[in-house]
Amino acid sequence: MTNEYIQQVLSDQFGASVWGFEESFGIFSFNMKPEINMQVLQFLYEDAGLAFQFLTDITAVHYPDRKDEELCVVYHIHNLVANKRIRIRASVPLAQPDIATATTLFSSANWMERETFDFFGVNFIGHPNLVRILNVDEMNYFPMRKEFPMEDPTRTDKDDEMFGR
Amino acid sequence: MSDQHIQHIQLAEESIQKQTTTLNLGPTHPATHGIFENVLEIDGEKVLSATQNLGYIHRAFEKIAERRPYGQIQPLTDRLNYCSAPINNIGWQTTVEKLLGLTMPKRVDYLRVMLMEFARIADHLVCNSIVAVDTGALTPFTYVFQIRERIYEIYEAICGARLTTNIGRIGGFERNLSDDCWKKVHALMEDLPKALHEFETLLNRNRIFMDRCIGAGPISAERALNYGFTGPNLRATGVDYDVRVHSPYCSYEDFEFDIPVGTNGDVYDRFMVRNGEMWQSYKIIQQAIEKLKDLDPSVYHADVPAYYLPEKKEVYTKMEALIYHFKIVMGEIDIKAGEVYHSVEGANGELGFYLISDGGRAPFRLHFRRPCFIYYQAYPEMIKDGLLSDAVIALSSMNVIAGELDA
Repeated sequence: MTNEYIQQVLSDQFGASVWGFEESFGIFSFNMKPEINMQVLQFLYEDAGLAFQFLTDITAVHYPDRKDEELCVVYHIHNLVANKRIRIRASVPLAQPDIATATTLFSSANWMERETFDFFGVNFIGHPNLVRILNVDEMNYFPMRKEFPMEDPTRTDKDDEMFGR
Repeated sequence: MSDQHIQHIQLAEESIQKQTTTLNLGPTHPATHGIFENVLEIDGEKVLSATQNLGYIHRAFEKIAERRPYGQIQPLTDRLNYCSAPINNIGWQTTVEKLLGLTMPKRVDYLRVMLMEFARIADHLVCNSIVAVDTGALTPFTYVFQIRERIYEIYEAICGARLTTNIGRIGGFERNLSDDCWKKVHALMEDLPKALHEFETLLNRNRIFMDRCIGAGPISAERALNYGFTGPNLRATGVDYDVRVHSPYCSYEDFEFDIPVGTNGDVYDRFMVRNGEMWQSYKIIQQAIEKLKDLDPSVYHADVPAYYLPEKKEVYTKMEALIYHFKIVMGEIDIKAGEVYHSVEGANGELGFYLISDGGRAPFRLHFRRPCFIYYQAYPEMIKDGLLSDAVIALSSMNVIAGELDA
């Protein structure tokens, strides 16, 4: 299974809703519109020539500078037989971070999505139990977002000019 | 007491009708070997459902990593699966080396393979002997812990630490292996087969042990794949997926070994797969020692002064070494921007590092794909309709490590 083949089949099926195909560090990756995330994953799962049936990981990345697509949900999926991994990104706005759940296809998505919700606040629509998993239930913010720096921002005794960026 | 003081206790209707018992297994319970909380609904001894609560030792490693230079992230990885910390350390090193595009000399690769396989043996010994403890056999545990202790002594001889090793550096090892260390390695290699064999004779065909384990906590290959199982737990169901073979790292492609698989995915199969893997690890270490004989014994790191922390002696005597030391420690080295996913075969599954660098001193984002966080969600399904005592051995045979679960 070559990258060109995957790109061809997906472009034929989804047109301009999938874009940005590239290979970096051995993993072929592309972007998709968040509205069609499940159609793409379902297609990759069911198509006999692709058969990406193993979900390796779901996580998110917060890019504060990207207007209206601040939160990027990242799927790593794997075809174990052909031993091919791909990475798919779907960006959602911070103001309304909605995306369909992958639990309908993968049981393993359950906690991965709960974790992503817990730390980034991505709202996985249709998830059976979207509650916090590692943080305390009372927490009312999403700690992995970039607006929460690791160290107390009010500290003045540390000069960033000299000690790191 | 007069009649008017007798109060009839008003119970909620459902509590009278309720025929089942709610039982808290954990968070701290002698049979869970870690901080795991399961709220079980049991009918007599039969488990009807389990609700898992986790996060008791969550330490926000992914957040901390966004503020630390690359070399200082390695101690965080120690604390994921702390039963086999060198695998996590080397997994992190190889991830960063992949991003930087560094290639290691063969000797570094083989030393790493040797260490990782020792770590795998130590991890599997703990897991398998704990399964035995939970079935009531304490003796095998005390026997194999001598071997584990000797593996820890090897770590100690290399890096000075035992549990949270922080072993090796980006670009190689911090120092060459001493003669004393090699002596320990060779002595252990001599005694290991005997100890493994002894462990197997105590349990493998032990009728009591077999009766307890066969058929307990089973899962089918299909469900296991859907639940994202990797490592020995997946192989116990009959799927021969192993990162060491599928996407080799550290020159694993130079080694000859088999992947043991099971059939039913129950406690006994997981136990047997781990036992088989220890023999394979032993075989790999033998090959590694053999291969190391032909290589220049003075090489223990790659020649990449901009990324490899120089030896302390040189820092005090050479200007360049001092500069590089300062730059590396302060996080002022040039790191490329890029997005890397790299995984290694951890002792309990595919341990992945998803690293995004924007060229800054610390990762822009670092995510750990922790195998047991992913497969532990299948636990309620695996113990449903089984006995309470089966639930306990199912948990220990899955090798769920609290540090990795909660990251």
